[in-house]
Amino acid sequence: MRGPAPAGIPSDLPSHGYCMAPIVRIENLTKHYATGFQALKGVSLDIEEGEILALLGPNGAGKTTMISIVCGIVTPSGGRVTVAGHDVVKDFRRTREIIGLVPQELTLDAFETVSNTVAFSRGLHGKKPDPALIEQILRELSLWDKKDTMLRHLSGGMRRRVLIAKALSYEPKVLFLDEPTAGVDVTLRKEMWQLVERLRATGVTIILTTHYIEEAEEIADRIGVINKGEILLVEDKAALMKKLGRKQLTVELAEPLSAVPEALSGFRLQLGNGGQSLVYDYDTAGERTGITGLLAAMAEQGLRLKDVSTEQSSLEDIFVELVGAEK
Amino acid sequence: MNIEAIKSIYAFEMARTRRTLMQSVVSPVVSTSLYFIVFGAAIGSRVQEIQGVPYGAFIAPGLIMLTLLNQCIGNGSFGIYFPKFTGTIYEILSAPISTAEIVIGYVGAAATKGLIIGTIILATASLFVDITIAHPLLMILFFVLTAVSFSLFGFMIGIWAKDFEQLNIIPMLVVPPLVFLGGSFYSIDMLPPFWQTVSHFNPVLYLVSGFRWSFFEIADVNPWISLAIVVAFLGACLAVTAWIFRTGYKLKN
Repeated sequence: MRGPAPAGIPSDLPSHGYCMAPIVRIENLTKHYATGFQALKGVSLDIEEGEILALLGPNGAGKTTMISIVCGIVTPSGGRVTVAGHDVVKDFRRTREIIGLVPQELTLDAFETVSNTVAFSRGLHGKKPDPALIEQILRELSLWDKKDTMLRHLSGGMRRRVLIAKALSYEPKVLFLDEPTAGVDVTLRKEMWQLVERLRATGVTIILTTHYIEEAEEIADRIGVINKGEILLVEDKAALMKKLGRKQLTVELAEPLSAVPEALSGFRLQLGNGGQSLVYDYDTAGERTGITGLLAAMAEQGLRLKDVSTEQSSLEDIFVELVGAEK
Repeated sequence: MNIEAIKSIYAFEMARTRRTLMQSVVSPVVSTSLYFIVFGAAIGSRVQEIQGVPYGAFIAPGLIMLTLLNQCIGNGSFGIYFPKFTGTIYEILSAPISTAEIVIGYVGAAATKGLIIGTIILATASLFVDITIAHPLLMILFFVLTAVSFSLFGFMIGIWAKDFEQLNIIPMLVVPPLVFLGGSFYSIDMLPPFWQTVSHFNPVLYLVSGFRWSFFEIADVNPWISLAIVVAFLGACLAVTAWIFRTGYKLKN
């Protein structure tokens, strides 16, 4: 399936004229490993320029395989990927010039210094040395005072920042962050989110995989859910919340009930808290929530209300529901 | 061509050499000096000349080749194996670099280091024995071609190796017998006919023989055949490397 364009960009416009084509287009991508494991089963996905797309999925869902194919680390078994209109296999030089990758594993050369390893990454991408830019990146990531420190002496959080600095050193237009905040503390995680926001403000397209639903909810424009090598959905975050987000109305009763009254059976109610409350599930996307009718019917039955509260399902609930339904 | 990438890989590898100066440079110089003291000065003084060349000088080209081969294979293999081992290979594979550029960077650095150490060994040898170079250009040609070929050979071992044991098995178990039985310390004329024939299947014989001819104009094999064999070996290594990158063998899933 192909996900709709982010808010504000009509998805049904042709990919020419004033409407820009997606910066990354993944078409029917498959990957079979030599072990026989099928990591991707015909994945299609468009990623629009300048957006932040969060890919959610359990371990082994195919997130890293998909990213690795786009970046050139894994060879696809079938399908096609283009970046800025260029094929990632045939025109690898053009595509890799604009793609940045921050891998999931903390893979760094232990005996190299921070500034050297960052400068090395810039050179690998064909960019001339730019000490001023490297300094700016290291300062922004609070690594400047560690610039001459060997990587093996850095903490896990700092190594994660070095990996990000390496990817930023060659000024990518599309940045893949594979589990960028895995194993980092809360403060650093918030700093990372701010950094992602600043990068987006400069026009960088960001695709991040994460296990932290909160992270996707906080910073993404669109959410993709992938499981067992298939994309289950790609939606604008707000639309997704609205579309799948269920709300729950809890009515605390002054007098407990032993069963839901017959006259209210049409409302799909459940007794909660040992009969002290009535719980009503409703869909926010529906034209009518049924709340008015329910409250009127309760009043007719002479039920006295003590309190009323509502609760909206989080992205985590949606994710668990989606992935759970697949099992 | 991504010149900046080649420069980056080359500089990175040369920086690694500087960080390990003792084991990179001092160690081969000391071990080669020991060879010259034992085989050149001590035993060599009691060995008669071979084809008019004093024994100490006769073994010099072979010892330089021994060091050159070890250094080039070691550096070529380690340079690419280490990123595979640590996982930093992702950066090379996802960079806008062609196969040729990767090979030029890694193999160029390994060959440069081999040539620097080979030159130091040559200078060390001249402290112990009188060395004249009859054909300097041909000597340099053999020197450079051997360095590049065996650095490439090492690079292939580095890609093939899945652990440190495999990484070391060829440099430790295959190369020394080939060098020692390839006429480094004797002329194959001294061997019985059967072993002379067997020696002709040893590629190192051609390297040592051709290299020695460029010094003293004495050889076990026609020097041009030696040169052709070295070029053919280089061509074979290039072909295998191209295949490795085309198929992603041991590099990509």
